[in-house]
Amino acid sequence: MSNPLPEMIPLSALGGRAAQKHVHGPVTLTEVTHLALASVAARHGQEDACKKHLSTLLGQAAPDVEELVMNDPEAAFWIGPNQWIVGAPHDSHEDLAARLITRFGPSASITEQSDAWAVFDLQGDALPVMELLCPIDMRTLTVGRARRTTIDHLGCFVTRRGEDHLRILGPRSSAGSLHHALLTAMRAAH
Amino acid sequence: MTQKNRLEGGQIDRSRPLNFTFDGKSYSGFQGDTLASALLANDVRLMGRSFKYHRPRGPLTAGSEEPNAIVELREGARKEPNTRATTAELFDGLVAKSQNRWPSLAFDAMAINDRLSNFLTAGFYYKTFMWPASFWEKLYEPIIRKAAGLGTLATDPDPDSYDKGYRHCDLLIIGAGPAGLMAALTAGRAGAEVILADEDFTMGGRLNAEAMPIADQSCSDWAAGVVVELSNMPNVRLMTRTTVIGAFDHGIYGALERVSDHLAVPAEGKPRQILWRIYSKQAILSAGATERPIAFENNDRPGIMLASAMRSYANRWAVTPSQRIAVFTNNDDGHRTASDLHAKGVKVAAVIDVRADAPSSGDYEVLKGAHVADTMGRLGLTFVKVTRADGSERVLECGALGVSGGWNPNVHLASHQRGRPVWNEKIAAFGPGDTLPQGMHAAGAASGILSTHGTLESGVETARRALDAIGIKAKAPALPEAEDAPIQITPFWHVSGAKRAWLDQQNDVTTKDVKLAHQENFRSVEHLKRYTTLGMATDQGKTSNMGGLAIMAELAGKPIPEVGTTIFRPPYTPTAIGAFAGRSRDEDFRPVRKTPSHFWAEEQGAVFVEVGMWLRAQWFPREGETHWRQSVDREVLQTRKSVGICDVTTLGKIDVQGTDAATFLNKIYCNPFAKVPVGKVRYGLMLREDGIAMDDGTAARFAEDHFVVTTTTANAVAVYRHMEFVRQCLFPDLDVQLISTTEAWAQYSVAGPNARKLLEKVIDPQHDISNEAFPYMACGEISIGGVRARLFRISFSGELAYEIAVPTRYGDALIRRLMAAGEEFDAVVYGTEALGVMRIEKGHAAGNELNGTTTALNLGMGRMVNKKKDSIGSTLSEREGLNTEDAFKLVGLKPVDPEKPVPAGSHLMTKGDPVDAAHDQGYVTSACFSPNLGHHIALAYLKRGDARIGEVIRLVSPLTEIDHEVEVVSAHFIDPEGERLRV
Repeated sequence: MSNPLPEMIPLSALGGRAAQKHVHGPVTLTEVTHLALASVAARHGQEDACKKHLSTLLGQAAPDVEELVMNDPEAAFWIGPNQWIVGAPHDSHEDLAARLITRFGPSASITEQSDAWAVFDLQGDALPVMELLCPIDMRTLTVGRARRTTIDHLGCFVTRRGEDHLRILGPRSSAGSLHHALLTAMRAAH
Repeated sequence: MTQKNRLEGGQIDRSRPLNFTFDGKSYSGFQGDTLASALLANDVRLMGRSFKYHRPRGPLTAGSEEPNAIVELREGARKEPNTRATTAELFDGLVAKSQNRWPSLAFDAMAINDRLSNFLTAGFYYKTFMWPASFWEKLYEPIIRKAAGLGTLATDPDPDSYDKGYRHCDLLIIGAGPAGLMAALTAGRAGAEVILADEDFTMGGRLNAEAMPIADQSCSDWAAGVVVELSNMPNVRLMTRTTVIGAFDHGIYGALERVSDHLAVPAEGKPRQILWRIYSKQAILSAGATERPIAFENNDRPGIMLASAMRSYANRWAVTPSQRIAVFTNNDDGHRTASDLHAKGVKVAAVIDVRADAPSSGDYEVLKGAHVADTMGRLGLTFVKVTRADGSERVLECGALGVSGGWNPNVHLASHQRGRPVWNEKIAAFGPGDTLPQGMHAAGAASGILSTHGTLESGVETARRALDAIGIKAKAPALPEAEDAPIQITPFWHVSGAKRAWLDQQNDVTTKDVKLAHQENFRSVEHLKRYTTLGMATDQGKTSNMGGLAIMAELAGKPIPEVGTTIFRPPYTPTAIGAFAGRSRDEDFRPVRKTPSHFWAEEQGAVFVEVGMWLRAQWFPREGETHWRQSVDREVLQTRKSVGICDVTTLGKIDVQGTDAATFLNKIYCNPFAKVPVGKVRYGLMLREDGIAMDDGTAARFAEDHFVVTTTTANAVAVYRHMEFVRQCLFPDLDVQLISTTEAWAQYSVAGPNARKLLEKVIDPQHDISNEAFPYMACGEISIGGVRARLFRISFSGELAYEIAVPTRYGDALIRRLMAAGEEFDAVVYGTEALGVMRIEKGHAAGNELNGTTTALNLGMGRMVNKKKDSIGSTLSEREGLNTEDAFKLVGLKPVDPEKPVPAGSHLMTKGDPVDAAHDQGYVTSACFSPNLGHHIALAYLKRGDARIGEVIRLVSPLTEIDHEVEVVSAHFIDPEGERLRV
């Protein structure tokens, strides 16, 4: 055997070893790299069973239309009729999809989504930034809400985790473009 | 520099003087000035030349309706032609130039057109430059363009950026004059979410331009006080420098905010302008009214302006266009100008009022029942000739003349959805009718209410009505005391008998042109507009349309409302294309998608190509390679000889799960899928409902209820959308769930005789991928360095090949690992060009063959359409027209002369037949040079192609002068039996 083969070292959506962070005036943009994600879609006739599993997992009712439920370690938000995205820390839940398959059994179709998304946290005075990016009425996106929208031509989810904390999920292959759009809007707004 | 026409007072900041130049000459003004007010202060009345006749012109207005004072601002890449001096905010160092003159504004050689005006009447161009047709492009058009040009464009790219934004509100108030301010106050105090937008940089509208008091304050101070209260309300957003340009569906409005136009250079990172999309539940149009001129002989000289503009300049900017002025009016409002300027110490030569019963004044002479017969002064007004009621003439010396013909409500936005304005006899003007856009209400002067008290009251009442419609009860604020003069007007549109009385000063349309159009039977106002150009250009006839209509009505012997108005369309004022583009320009035109090996490929010096939004490596040049073909040939040869690696992440991946997943795929694909064993991949062809081939790909069965479907890169989204449609609408009873995983997995093709050997080095040792354990078309879950991975034994190149996928975050690591492990095999990485060459050599169809016109039969896959089941497109693929005897069949082509190319797009002709469409036999879809065969090859659709193998036919492309012979061969150039795939 010649030289050992390169290690399987993961890269962030932006292509770095570490998450990127930018502070501009009252807003901070942070790349989120610690998330494992999986989609949960109820199977036909299993909607109630699926929601029950979800509610057990989250310790409260499954998120309804446009809702985000934050719990530790799992959180979930609604993405369509009988369909949710579940997230958890990647370090402890790298195998999130497999765990959910075990938990939900035949009540749901589970698909790994960890690397389908580039995830960014926008913290601080984000309203003037967001109104340059997407048509969401931010005053109605209260804490605990999640919405699908378009940012820089890209289909994204925006969830509000706290008064001053938004989380944005966009297509991972366009992470660089999305990040650039967010930064540009931050600089234009503040 | 002295500002000899500067008066006392005004809303300018005299502590902040600003220097600027106009046509190279230096002047000074103050903070708060517009370019027009500063030039007038410096006794400059001449600001431009007219479009057609190059007549000397000065500002007609003090606002965005300006037709005349059109200038070029700034220099270099920021130069902007056709801007209005009347709205351009003065800043220190502003460079402005007049336009449409040569060699100078004072002496313009093109003014010769004015002498030729007898010939240059309406329709002159249409009538004159008809013949000969060939002269148009080369001779007439360049001459006309040079003579009639407006400003000149900067030829460098615009260095500024533009943003788009979105705002939401309960109530959008358009215009912050008295009605808008009161409406905002009413709604703001009621707690409604309010946006108040105004095109001006100071809110207040006419309140900033008038001298009368409100309550015990000047009306501008009262307005400023209201603005302060509004700015302290968190639920009210004030948007100055913001023009609402259009009313669109569902309460959506377009608004252009000029964020940095008043600065020399925008602040770092800040846009120059923002195009807002405002979502409103209700809207109030309080955009005010525009005064209209009266047409009379030589009414276009610099110094002649609207009476309200003269008042604005005096009251707001403390400027008079001349120390000696006169006023020509048909209504009481004109008298206000005279008294305001008189109060400021300007000499009023006389007020000429067409009404015999005009009010008198102790401060200046009023010539009742009189009209202006003519004016004098080449580059600026010097004398006005008046015809008095008794027919006698009198000449008045004055440097400026204020003209008032009454006020037109600004109904534009009320009419953007084809709402028809309605004639209001009381003010002799069109006002908004009852066909306003949904949720819009007109208030104040925009609704035809012209007194200050009336507009304030109307603002309150309209706001309460609008809020009531969305369930918000608002209290009426106390109304401050304000003037409430009745409207006294006698309609008077033009002085009859005038030879050159200008209606549309921007387009040089006279009353005579309108008469000529009528005489030539242009009866519709829309035809009148196009024939005479009345109301075209940047001002869209804001000061001229009404006059044209009135004369038209007079000629036709009809009342004005029967003549009607032309259609109003957005934008309300000129809007830069850059604002519509927003940030979507240059490298940010669209977002890009990068593959997981992108950064590594960049390190390798890959040449990228855009495939949709994806950036894919096209080839990887090595040192010494000077031509792309060298790189591509090497990549192809080495892959077929040893092993090659290609990033195929861009192929669409759709996760299909559910107990009915197999049944679902059986509907989607025309070939059978119900019995695909777990752990196997099957090639699938999907048809559109009309039987035409839609896309092809593979479906790998990971479990009874779990497939991973791949699509072509180009159709990934379209196929996913199609599958969702089928799931939700056609077969809602099937238990199937879909989600895209294209981005979630990094996928590489490893192809070539050494593919297995290389992979065995890379994957974790417990996985057996020998031919026996993992045969052709197998799929399974494995691991690489402990990382979960998926392996598929599928081949696009025709070689022994695998596709291997890992979570995207490991994609970069995997390509490095594959290349390191491949060193001992001289493994190459290959790009999309080599991929294309190998699939053509193998005869695989791709986008070029699945071109939206071809069927399974054409592709040589007719028998794949399984008739033992029903699938989408199956039935319609049986249509007679798609199954003719001479249907296209996919074939291969090779040149008879091996040196010749076989370019895609060429057509095929039977030898001996004429080269014409009627004899066309088919066309080439894909072509390349095959380094393995040493000559060009191609795939083509040929009529009855499968029966013509071995025939020599003619390849033609008359446009590119190709005409040579090619031989029809099997589309499978390499390994037609498919032995290599299975070893």
